[in-house]
Amino acid sequence: MLNEKPTVKSTIKGWLYLLPMLVITITFNIYPIIKSFLMSFYTKYDFYNDIVSAYGFSNFTYLWNDPDFHLAVRNTLVFVIGVVPLNIIISLAIALLLNKIKFLAGAFRTIYFLPFVTSTVAIAQVWNWIYHSDYGLLNYLLGLVGVNPINWLNDPKWAMPALIIMSIWKGLGFNIVLFLVGLNNINTRYYQAAEIDGANAWRQFTNVTLPLLSPITFLVTVNGVIGSFKVFDEIFALFQGSSGPSKSALTIVYYLYEKFYTEWKYGIAAASGVVLFFLILFVTLIQLWYSRKHVHY
Amino acid sequence: MKKAASVLRYVILTLGALIMILPFFWMLSTSLKTQPETVQIPPVWIPKQLQWGNYVEAFKAAPFARYFVNSVIVTTVTTVGQLFTSILAAFAFSKLHFWGRNLVFMIFLGTMMIPGEMLIIPNFVTLSNMHLVNTYGALILPWLASFFTVFTLRQTFNSVPDQTYYAAKIDGASDWRFLWHILVPMSKSTITAVTVLQVIGSWNAFMWPLIVTNDENMRTLPVGLQAFTTDAGTNYALLMAASTFVIIPMVIVYIFLQKYIIAGISNSGLKG
Repeated sequence: MLNEKPTVKSTIKGWLYLLPMLVITITFNIYPIIKSFLMSFYTKYDFYNDIVSAYGFSNFTYLWNDPDFHLAVRNTLVFVIGVVPLNIIISLAIALLLNKIKFLAGAFRTIYFLPFVTSTVAIAQVWNWIYHSDYGLLNYLLGLVGVNPINWLNDPKWAMPALIIMSIWKGLGFNIVLFLVGLNNINTRYYQAAEIDGANAWRQFTNVTLPLLSPITFLVTVNGVIGSFKVFDEIFALFQGSSGPSKSALTIVYYLYEKFYTEWKYGIAAASGVVLFFLILFVTLIQLWYSRKHVHY
Repeated sequence: MKKAASVLRYVILTLGALIMILPFFWMLSTSLKTQPETVQIPPVWIPKQLQWGNYVEAFKAAPFARYFVNSVIVTTVTTVGQLFTSILAAFAFSKLHFWGRNLVFMIFLGTMMIPGEMLIIPNFVTLSNMHLVNTYGALILPWLASFFTVFTLRQTFNSVPDQTYYAAKIDGASDWRFLWHILVPMSKSTITAVTVLQVIGSWNAFMWPLIVTNDENMRTLPVGLQAFTTDAGTNYALLMAASTFVIIPMVIVYIFLQKYIIAGISNSGLKG
């Protein structure tokens, strides 16, 4: 075939096609990746002139001893555990129902997906209003069934649940679409075979649907976990530029933002980013290892 | 039995859909209320007289026109620029043979593991050294390339058989011509999908614009809206009106291009 072996000429051409992308990604992706790992070891840094006068591990020891950072890690984990499983269960249930109906299926999908395209900041203002302790819609509706008003956004106990509920609501549509793709790809012959073998609906679900859906479930889980680890916009907007009452919604990225943007402690902020990276890497590797055993491709 | 199950399905799905739609309804409803109506208990579902004036008042209460123009500029330039760099790179990765191709591809694949939030600090330093903070440059430059887009386009370009490429070359078409006159039109639906997803992403982006703009004139809509919450205080009718006009453009995009958005997301699912 033509052009199979790279030549000097084809190499120059290939790199020329890559050039625009390379210039941007090297400047704003590759270089900063290296730089942020280095920065986490800067202990004396003048960022105006980009001069480093001391290196060391003290940024990491600072994080190790900072109760705020511990809180941020804990809150992030609570958020991930609160959002991901519930989101998957609800979106899978809705996808299963949608998959069984024809009439209005498109309209339902449109509605469930709508929050995904809306600005997090704008819709968080709406939720902020819905959560209002005196005039909020949610407390009114809960009042109808006899629940006492909850101070959703000012009570440290309730701030995280409020954040989790809003995040699940916003993320459902994305997972529903992916689960629908997965369900569509399951060959109906498997169900016919299961039916002949006398499997009831529940058995069909556990023995046919779940195993054949496992690659999508895996994808949705990994996506969801990574996304949830990086939560920021939702918090900033829902709690009006704070990390919630008594920092009850302080997460790792929020911590990074505060150290960097309001306290100008670049080294510590970079170190918290490095910790975030390794946490995500670690959790993703565990999921990969688990999927080797339990995902059926 | 079958009938009952079907009815039950519709009941559950309808209840779920009501929960999904309720915040949007509540936003619109509140945005059209008088101030006393917003705090009335039991709540007013549909205001007696629709207060369209709230929209005018909210729009004037902060430089929303300016924010809107900023958002349009940033979204357009980012999307077009990113599409251009990505199409070129995806073509090189998919159809050209050259030294270093696989190595570069693997390196970029690896960088997709890095959380973007980590890059904010060094990128801010780079841009402030270039004196670009508070300019369109800072809002746009870092987003002019996306390896995710390159990756998606390469998959689509790969599905176009190499024979098409060789046939075009034999007919005397240059690579450039082949790319823009044959390959790109053949991949129209994927390109539309990544474009729409990119438009939505840019329009709604918050953390980066928040960090690189402290000049009011450079704010994009989401950042401007966030700043407006302090001015609006407890005037929820105005705040909801402002939220509505941040949300509406993407809802319109969604309604018209839903097919492509869903296809784009479904594709990313199939690859995983």
